[in-house]
Amino acid sequence: MSDPIPRSPVTARVAGRRQPLLDGIEKVTGRARFTADLPAANALTGAILTSPMAHAEIARIDTSRARALPGVRAVITGADCDVPFGILPIARNEYPLARDRVRYWGEAVAAVAADDAKTARAALALIEVEYRQLPVYTTAAEARAEGAVLLHRDKPGNIEREVSNSFGDVEAGFAAADLVREQSCHYSEVAHAQMEPDCTLADFDPESGRLTLQSVTQVPYYVHLTVAECLKMDPASIRVVKPFVGGGFGHRTETLPFEIIAALLARAAAGTVKLQLTRAQTFTIHRARPETDIRLKIGMKRSGEITAVDAEVVQRGGAIAGYGIITILYAGALMHALYRLPAARYRGYRVYTNTPPCGPMRGHGGVDMRHAFDGLLDAMAAELGLDAFAVRRANLITPPYRTINDLQINSYGLPACLDWVEQASGWRARKGKLPRGRGLGLGCSHFISGAAKPVHWTGEPHATVNLRLDFDGSITLLTGAADIGQGSSTLLAQIAAEALGLGLSRFRVVTADSAITPKDNGSYSSRVSLMVGNAALAAAEELRRLLVAGAARKLEVRPEEVECLGESYRVIGAERIVSYNDAVRAALETTGPITTRGTYTVPRELQGGKYRGAGVGPSPAYSYAAQVVEVAVDEETGEIKVEKIWVAHDCGFAINPLAVEGQVQGAVWFAMGQGLSEETEFRNGMPMRANLLDYRVPTIAESPPIEVKIVEARDPSGPYGAKEASEGAVGGFGPALASAVAEAIGIRVQALPLSPDRVLEAIHARRRNERLKAALKDAS
Amino acid sequence: MKRIVSLWLNGRPREDAVADNLLLIDYLRESRGLTGTKRGCDGGECGACTVLIDNEPRLACLTLAACCDGGRIETIEALAMGGRLSPLQRAFHEKLGTQCGYCTPGMIMAAEALLRRNPAPGEAEIRAALSGNLCRCTGYVKIIESVQAAASES
Repeated sequence: MSDPIPRSPVTARVAGRRQPLLDGIEKVTGRARFTADLPAANALTGAILTSPMAHAEIARIDTSRARALPGVRAVITGADCDVPFGILPIARNEYPLARDRVRYWGEAVAAVAADDAKTARAALALIEVEYRQLPVYTTAAEARAEGAVLLHRDKPGNIEREVSNSFGDVEAGFAAADLVREQSCHYSEVAHAQMEPDCTLADFDPESGRLTLQSVTQVPYYVHLTVAECLKMDPASIRVVKPFVGGGFGHRTETLPFEIIAALLARAAAGTVKLQLTRAQTFTIHRARPETDIRLKIGMKRSGEITAVDAEVVQRGGAIAGYGIITILYAGALMHALYRLPAARYRGYRVYTNTPPCGPMRGHGGVDMRHAFDGLLDAMAAELGLDAFAVRRANLITPPYRTINDLQINSYGLPACLDWVEQASGWRARKGKLPRGRGLGLGCSHFISGAAKPVHWTGEPHATVNLRLDFDGSITLLTGAADIGQGSSTLLAQIAAEALGLGLSRFRVVTADSAITPKDNGSYSSRVSLMVGNAALAAAEELRRLLVAGAARKLEVRPEEVECLGESYRVIGAERIVSYNDAVRAALETTGPITTRGTYTVPRELQGGKYRGAGVGPSPAYSYAAQVVEVAVDEETGEIKVEKIWVAHDCGFAINPLAVEGQVQGAVWFAMGQGLSEETEFRNGMPMRANLLDYRVPTIAESPPIEVKIVEARDPSGPYGAKEASEGAVGGFGPALASAVAEAIGIRVQALPLSPDRVLEAIHARRRNERLKAALKDAS
Repeated sequence: MKRIVSLWLNGRPREDAVADNLLLIDYLRESRGLTGTKRGCDGGECGACTVLIDNEPRLACLTLAACCDGGRIETIEALAMGGRLSPLQRAFHEKLGTQCGYCTPGMIMAAEALLRRNPAPGEAEIRAALSGNLCRCTGYVKIIESVQAAASES
């Protein structure tokens, strides 16, 4: 942990500096062009006809009247694309437009491209669709019930995936425990609610047969592949560009139906189509955290040591597969690697229902489990007379450590995170001594720094970065990594600049344009800092090698005798120097403009075990976080006010501490929404909260101060030791909130969000119990 | 029906024929090409389209262009004078008050309206003034710091 950072002997220090975003000026001036802002004067307006039913057979579609409307350039239906798609090659059961059957309210049924929005709307109204209604299942229990209609023919019981695994001797673990407790928790479905609604601009040139797609994606490469497959086009005829993207949080980590629809429309209309979704439609695309039920049993020694865990998770996955298998696997896999678990059994059920498809959302798969797990730890600790910190400290890991499910932990900053939040929050002096209605709670969490196995396995390196150096001495970093606001472009430039000893003013970053940048798997699973960061570092080191060689020729010495000082290159131990510009000229002399390539591949030993589902969970490095949440609860209204959050996050090494703080604040606040107020709701499959008023995101007025401590347990796999910084702190908020509220109101609520109605119900239940006890006491 | 509307847009006088039902956001984005003003919702939910009308923060998605006759409209594009960032823009950039940037123009315009009427707002006043502007990235902490930094500078 205390190893010095391996740095080149240079003057500039760029990695580790608080760096405003390289694209920040565009954002604060309004010059940043998001997809809907792109110049598209000639674009046709695309529009989608969505299903008004949550489950029905499509008996008939007649588009003839829409086609006949003047100004309508294309009308497409499910008949126009018979290629199923899905992010996982083993689970592809989505079509861009429904074929024969709709499975959720709002599913796309037909689409039009017209001269203007008014004509497009009129055309949609002229499309006749006849539905034959089927039973609607909006809970996992209904969909799993005996005799339920199958959403997908090959999935009996509407179970998309059943996971069952066991590590260590679970029964022996429970037998050895001094205390065994079991509890069940319910989690409402939540949504990403990223600020930018969905939009795609698609341009098809019938002369060249080429398609250009600009879209709101986190994964341009997957969009490229999927659109090529669905349109049966050569991928070489497609170009995918990611403009500025207004957040994602997982909403955009797979190809979404509207992106394919835009491409189909552009080809059918032989032109440019702008397809802009409404906020309500964006909610219905969904792909977020599912409604989940968790039953969890933990065995514990008097010391607080965990002896065994048994968990069952049921996720209401929605109507199609998407990332579902991954999510249900993560819920089990990420039980591990935070605390030492000697034995654990996991059963998971991902269920198809007539609700919008769920998918990955910040803290993918692990967040609800974290709430259940840390909540039960706290409850058991209280029974044993242990403090919340003590029970966690009884279960810490010492790296290097391999978990029983084969996750390799080589750095572990959780102890330092715990120490800081305990001290900063004044825990020892205040816990248990706060006035009535107030409480403090602790939660811990972690996350992967990139999935060791990409969803599309090609055998290629996990990440590739190019650095281009030309006559002017400027360096262009070319990456497919999608900056969606997290600051990855800035971070990658900082890494390359650090390795070359140069200031950022010499760098430009060009991202996510398939015609220019090397392919990248995308911004998900918190993979960019570590994986793409390592590729940037490798590309920079190669460029430095070429510059040193050029400088050595100029200085007439061997390359080993030359050191890079960034703006100059010097003969080691001598005063003979050439400037950076001269080194560049010398390096280019023999080859012309230079492009170096850096790659990163996850070493075999970090790719996990060999059991079924073992591919989900392994990562080169894990981030760690601890947080203390302080609340005040109004017993009359059930309203919770989060007064303050103290959060410590171990990101290995903060390449950009400013951005790390911003990411960590954003992460715990994001979790606060799920904790306090956010949830979707369906009536007979119809979404009741598909807007930003009924889907209640916290405003600035009710958002607390969030104090961040950056902990740096450098990981040998990370660039300069860096790990992820954006998801690790999400999971700890829920349990910290739950325990704080439990202290404030004297009862633990086994659900999220802790909306006022749920809190009030708990308070009323507590009061009834108190009255009952008092009555029984009087009677006796 | 169309009518002629005279207004000041980012300091310049304009006279345009606008349809009665044209929203200000569409006038700005589609007719005038000022795409800095963002649409984040289906109407009045998120604050991303906040602009100034006669120094007051207004939602361009709930305002008819035809109602702006005689008004002084300012959008995010007006703030950088001579290409230099305004104090709020500089603070949002340097303090990371912006992450993805989508709420940023509306957030900055709402903050601009606040600082014009109250150059030294307290934290509670900042929170109140920005409570109609949603941000999904920052947790608002650095947004408050940005507004405070800009206020202390001017």
